[in-house]
Amino acid sequence: MLHPMVEIEEKPSAAPVRPGRERPGKKGHGPDSLGGILAKIILLGITDAVAAFVLFQLVLSGEWLIFVISLATTLVINWIYLRRGGLPAKYLAPGVIFLMIFQVFVMIFSTYIAFTNYGDGHNSTKSDAIASIQLSASERVPDSPQFATSVLEKNGSYFLLVTTPEGEARLGGAETPLETVTPSTTGPTGAATGVDGYTTLDFTALLANQQAITTLTVPLSDNPEDGSLKTADGSTSYVYTPKLKFDAAADTFTDTTTGVVYSDGGRGSFVAEDGTALNTGWKVNVGLDNFVRAFTDQNLQGPLLKVIAWTFTFAILSVATTFALGLFLAITFNRADLKGQKIYRILMILPYAFPAFLSGLVWSGLLNPEFGFINNALLGGAAIPWLTDPVLAKISVLVVNLWLGYPYMFLVCTGALQSLPEEVDEAARMDGAGVFKIFTAIKLPLLLVSLAPLLISSFAFNFNNFNVIYMLTGGGPRFDGTTFDIGSTDILITMVYKIAFGTGAGRDYGLASALAIIIFLIVAAVSALSFKKTKALEDLN
Amino acid sequence: MSTRTPTAPALQTNKQGFTRWFKTKGWRHLIALAATAFSIFPLLYVLSAALNPTGTMAGASTLFTEFGLGNFEELFANQERPFGRWFVNTLVIGTITSVATVFLGALAAYAFSRMRFSGRRVGLLTLLLLQMFPQLLTVVAIFLLLNFIGDIIPALGLGSQLGLIMVYLGGALGVNTYLMYGFFNTVPVSLDESARIDGASHVQVFFKIIMPLVTPILAVVGLLVFISISSEFVIASVVLTDPDSQTLAVGLYSYVAQQRSENWGVFAAGAVLAAIPVMALFLFLQRYITSGLTAGGVKG
Repeated sequence: MLHPMVEIEEKPSAAPVRPGRERPGKKGHGPDSLGGILAKIILLGITDAVAAFVLFQLVLSGEWLIFVISLATTLVINWIYLRRGGLPAKYLAPGVIFLMIFQVFVMIFSTYIAFTNYGDGHNSTKSDAIASIQLSASERVPDSPQFATSVLEKNGSYFLLVTTPEGEARLGGAETPLETVTPSTTGPTGAATGVDGYTTLDFTALLANQQAITTLTVPLSDNPEDGSLKTADGSTSYVYTPKLKFDAAADTFTDTTTGVVYSDGGRGSFVAEDGTALNTGWKVNVGLDNFVRAFTDQNLQGPLLKVIAWTFTFAILSVATTFALGLFLAITFNRADLKGQKIYRILMILPYAFPAFLSGLVWSGLLNPEFGFINNALLGGAAIPWLTDPVLAKISVLVVNLWLGYPYMFLVCTGALQSLPEEVDEAARMDGAGVFKIFTAIKLPLLLVSLAPLLISSFAFNFNNFNVIYMLTGGGPRFDGTTFDIGSTDILITMVYKIAFGTGAGRDYGLASALAIIIFLIVAAVSALSFKKTKALEDLN
Repeated sequence: MSTRTPTAPALQTNKQGFTRWFKTKGWRHLIALAATAFSIFPLLYVLSAALNPTGTMAGASTLFTEFGLGNFEELFANQERPFGRWFVNTLVIGTITSVATVFLGALAAYAFSRMRFSGRRVGLLTLLLLQMFPQLLTVVAIFLLLNFIGDIIPALGLGSQLGLIMVYLGGALGVNTYLMYGFFNTVPVSLDESARIDGASHVQVFFKIIMPLVTPILAVVGLLVFISISSEFVIASVVLTDPDSQTLAVGLYSYVAQQRSENWGVFAAGAVLAAIPVMALFLFLQRYITSGLTAGGVKG
C-alpha cells in the first residue's frame, strides 16, 4: 500500500509493559503433552531432513564456506529445540532465521556487491570468462562447409540440430558440445529436422526468438580451441574458430588477425596496451570504484546529483502536500453535525484502498499527452506534455502522489484532531483567542507532536516510493548527455532498479548496490536526526 | 476551526438563513464534493475504460458511452498473459505469506510479551530499527542470493514462488511483531498464570489462551500483509520471470509496459478485477484502522 499503514496503530506498542512472571528454565508451567512432544519431533525431523538435503547438495557443488555456515545453523536449531529451557529462543527462532537471511544477510551482501564489479560482462570467475571469450570472439573458418540446421527447444534452452555434409545428424546446445544423435524426423533433403524430447522451432518461432538464436554458440567439442557452430538464419550454420587465442602460460589473449595482446589488467578484464578491454570479464573486488564512479564519471555524476536532489524534493513535497490537504479536509469535516459525512469519507479514502501499482498506471492513461483523458476530453484536444516535459512530469508525479497519499493523512489527522482535549479549545476561547489563533498556536503544535513520527515514516516511505514513479513515468523524460536510462522523475530507488535490471545499458549490480548503500545511509541519517528532533519537541511540551 | 454557532438548517427558506448555513456548513459540502470528485474520478475512468469495447486509450476518452464485456473476454482468452493464473498466484502467495507472517510474528510477540530474557529490549529495538530499511533496497542482493540458491535447490531459486514467499517472510518480524506485541500486552497475565497452575504447558497457554484472545489483531495483521504483498512489484518482478508464475502486479504491468495505449482496455479490465478484492478488504478493515487510531489504540 501507499504507506506502511500499520504505523497508524503503532500506539499499542507504547502500552505499559507488564512485568512478566515467566522465569525461563524454572517450573513456570506444566509438562509438555505427548502430542506436543510428537509434533516437535516431527517438525524438527522435517527441518533436519531438508537441512541434510541442502548440506549434501552444498558438498556436491563444493561450496564449503556455505556448507559450514549451514551446518552450524542446523546444529544451533537442534540445540535450541532439544535442550530444556531457553524458552524465548524456541519462540523467536523461526522468525529470526528468515529475518537473518532475507533482511540482515542481504543487507551485508549488498554492501559486499557494492565493492565489486559484478554485472553483465563481470558475472563469473576468470576461468569462465576465458572459456566464454574463446567461444564468443570467433570468426567463420574460411571456405568451411555449411551445415543444414534446425533449431530445437527444450525447457527454454535452444539447441542446434545439424546434418554434416557426410549426412550425420549431430545435436548440441550452448552448454552441451555437439554429439551424434538419431533424428526422429528428416526433411525433404534428408537433413535431420527433429529429435525425440525436443520441439523443433517453426518459422514464426524462429523470428520471435531471433536474438537468442543468432547469439547461440554450440561448441564442437569440450575444447573451445576446436571452434563452434553458429547460425544466422536458423537453417544453415557454419564453423567458427576463436579469433582470440589464449596463452595459458602468459595469461594473455592474442588477436590472431591483428596480433594485439590483451593481458589481465587487474580490474576483472583483459586489457590491451591502448586501454581497450575485451567485453567479457570476471568478478573482482574493485574497492570504492563504484562510489567514486558514481560521483566523478561524467556520464553519471550530473544525472545522479539531479536524481538525489529530486528524491529529496519529491519526498518532502509529498509529505507536505498530502499532510496539508489531509489536515485541511480533516478540519473541514471535524463536525459531528455535518450531513453525509460517512459517504464523503468512504469515497474520499478510495484512492488509498486502490492498489498502489495500479494507480500509477491508471493515471498514466489519464495524463497521456496523445490519447489521455485529460488532454482529449477535459481540455478539448490540447497537447499538454504532462508526462514528457521535465517540469510538468515532476508536477504530475506530485499530483498523483497527492491523490494516493492524502486519504491516509486525512484519516490520521481526523483521529489526532478528535483526540485533542476539548478543554484546551474552550480555555483559549475564554481568553479571547480567535479560531485561527487557536489553530496555529494550540492545535497545530499539539498535532505535530503526536503526528511527527508518522510524518517521518511517511518521508522515509516516499523516499523509496518506487511504484508511483515507475508506473507513472518510468522515470522519464530521459536526461540528455548520458547513456544511462535515467530521467527527470527518477528517484534513487528506481535508478537502482533500472541500473540493476534495466534493458538499456548492461546490468551493473555493483553500481546499483553502491547506490542502494547511499540510500541506506541517507535514510538512516534522516531518521536518526528527525527522531532526535521530535524527542526534543516532546520534551518541550 | 469550527465556530460553534448553533445552526438551524430549517431556516433555509429565507436568504439570511441560507447565508448562515453556507458559512457554517455549506462550504464544507462544496469542499467535500470537490475532494470526492478528485478521489473517484480516476477510478470511474478506469471502470469506464474497462467497459468500453473500443479497447484503446483514445477510445477511452469518453466516459461511459459504450458498454461491452469484450475487454474482459480478451483478458481471459490471452494465452501468453494468463490473467486467471496471475489472480490465483497472487491469492496463493498472498495467503501463504500472510498466514506464515502472522504465525511467526505471533510466536515472537508471545516471547517478547510474556517472557523476560537478556537481549529482549535490544531485540525489540533492533526490530524497530530494521524496518527503516525496506527489503526493496536489497533487491539486487536478493536476486543474486536466489540465483545462487537456485543452483543448489532449484525449487527455491529464481522463478520459484516458494523462494519469493521465503523472501517476503524475511520481513515477517518487524512492524507486525510490534503491533501484535502491543496487543498481547493487553491480555492479562493472570489468565496464563491460572492456566499454568492448572497444568497447562507454555504451548497450550499460547495456542489455547492467548491466540483466541488476540484473534482480532491477528486478522488485521494478516489482511494488511495480504494487501501489501498483492501490490508488491519490485521483488516479484525480479524473482518471477515466467508469465505463468507471475503475480497480478508483475503481469498487469507487462500488459502496458510496451504498448500502453493499444492494450489499454484489456489492462483496465484487469485492473478493475485486481482492485476489487483488495478494495473490499480495505473498506472492511477501515473501521479497525481508524478506530485503532481514534480510540488511541491503547486498550491496556
